[in-house]
Amino acid sequence: MADPPLALLAEVTHRCPLRCPYCSNPLELERAAGELTTEEWRRLLGEAAALGVLQVHFSGGEPMARRDLASLIAAASEHGLYSNLITSGTLGGERELKEFADAGLRHVQLSFQDVDPANNDRIAGLSGAHEKKTKFAAAVHATGLPLTVNMVVHRQNLDGIGEMIDRARALGARRLEIAHVQYYAWALANRAALLPSRRQLDEATRIVDAARETLKGILTIDYVVPDYYGVRPKSCMSGWGRRFLNVTPSGKILPCHAAESLPGIDFPSARDHTLADIWYRSEAFNRYRGTDWMAEPCRSCDRREVDWGGCRCQAFLLAGDAGRTDPVCALSPDHGVIETALQDAEKTPEGFVYRHFS
Amino acid sequence: MERFIVAPASVLRFAPHIVFRFDEVRKSWIIMAPERLMMPDEQAVEILQLIDGTTSVDGIIDVLAAKYTQAPRDAIGADVVAMLQDLADKGCLSG
Repeated sequence: MADPPLALLAEVTHRCPLRCPYCSNPLELERAAGELTTEEWRRLLGEAAALGVLQVHFSGGEPMARRDLASLIAAASEHGLYSNLITSGTLGGERELKEFADAGLRHVQLSFQDVDPANNDRIAGLSGAHEKKTKFAAAVHATGLPLTVNMVVHRQNLDGIGEMIDRARALGARRLEIAHVQYYAWALANRAALLPSRRQLDEATRIVDAARETLKGILTIDYVVPDYYGVRPKSCMSGWGRRFLNVTPSGKILPCHAAESLPGIDFPSARDHTLADIWYRSEAFNRYRGTDWMAEPCRSCDRREVDWGGCRCQAFLLAGDAGRTDPVCALSPDHGVIETALQDAEKTPEGFVYRHFS
Repeated sequence: MERFIVAPASVLRFAPHIVFRFDEVRKSWIIMAPERLMMPDEQAVEILQLIDGTTSVDGIIDVLAAKYTQAPRDAIGADVVAMLQDLADKGCLSG
């Protein structure tokens, strides 16, 4: 029997004023008409708490595009869930944040596309975005909510990493998440424009390591080297169906936010099934749970319960079969596709394909 | 802002965004922090339950030293301070 889930990522909407070319939302975006209602979310959050979920991350799209967000946060609080807002900070400000804090919100994670305003706005595909975000950070500070700054990094902004660290402190953040783009959905389509070179990455890592020493106890820096440059795969979602679940705007329940890219899996909807049924008994959540599904080289690997075979979506997207070893693993027979991508990262970058509704 | 250093006279409290509670589903104590979740071991839970916003670190060590008489007070004190400093560095505790 699987353990209960720890955390739930609530993608309450795919609507967003930004058009980031690495958006983690699927290529087929969900329109407003298909979104779960307030009542459906309230019921789902109650089921999640009963199932054992402890933390809920309100995300999107831009979650503040939903006018009922404060009541969703309140519902999470009523059920004892610890709630976190993951936002672009481009809709609303102090008034909304005050409502969220009153509803029990515990923390805000605010994303930036760059420290440089012009480059931030170019990458976000929205002019004036950087200025709005900076004001939003001040509003978070004013409400007393703790702030994490999330800097999404890639080839076209990674060289500013030292300034990003300084900026996070200036904005009053206690935590800085330096999130390398992960290559799924929109980001995979834009990989040649986004994957950093080896030289860039090594320099960035050196700066982060030094800052972590000098800022110990002042600013926590979360930083993970992109898996393409690793030797072993990431423990994606800490294993399929082990810790996390993701709710799409229309109520589909996924083991991770990218799982809808996998063909041939019927992901159940919270509109038709209870969360407990989906978590423990659905075919979708049991398909890659544990180690029984593994083929070689994972099956006999002594790290099979460390990295759980890496990422199923990456195995499908890069090797054509979600049941294979994640190709970023140097032991994978498909590892050549990663080598090729890394060689491309040394060439001149291409233009972006911006996120859009089809 | 400067790093908070845990000293014997420090009176600690949980930071406002930290939740330390018992989880009925797992039957275990948990610390919830922004985007992280910790399951403190039995020893850590005992120390954290003594954090009440009035008792000093020294006071906490006294309580534990009186209970675990087989261990020297200095050794208990070093463990307690190290554990609390780690949580303070993670932003979970403040003075």
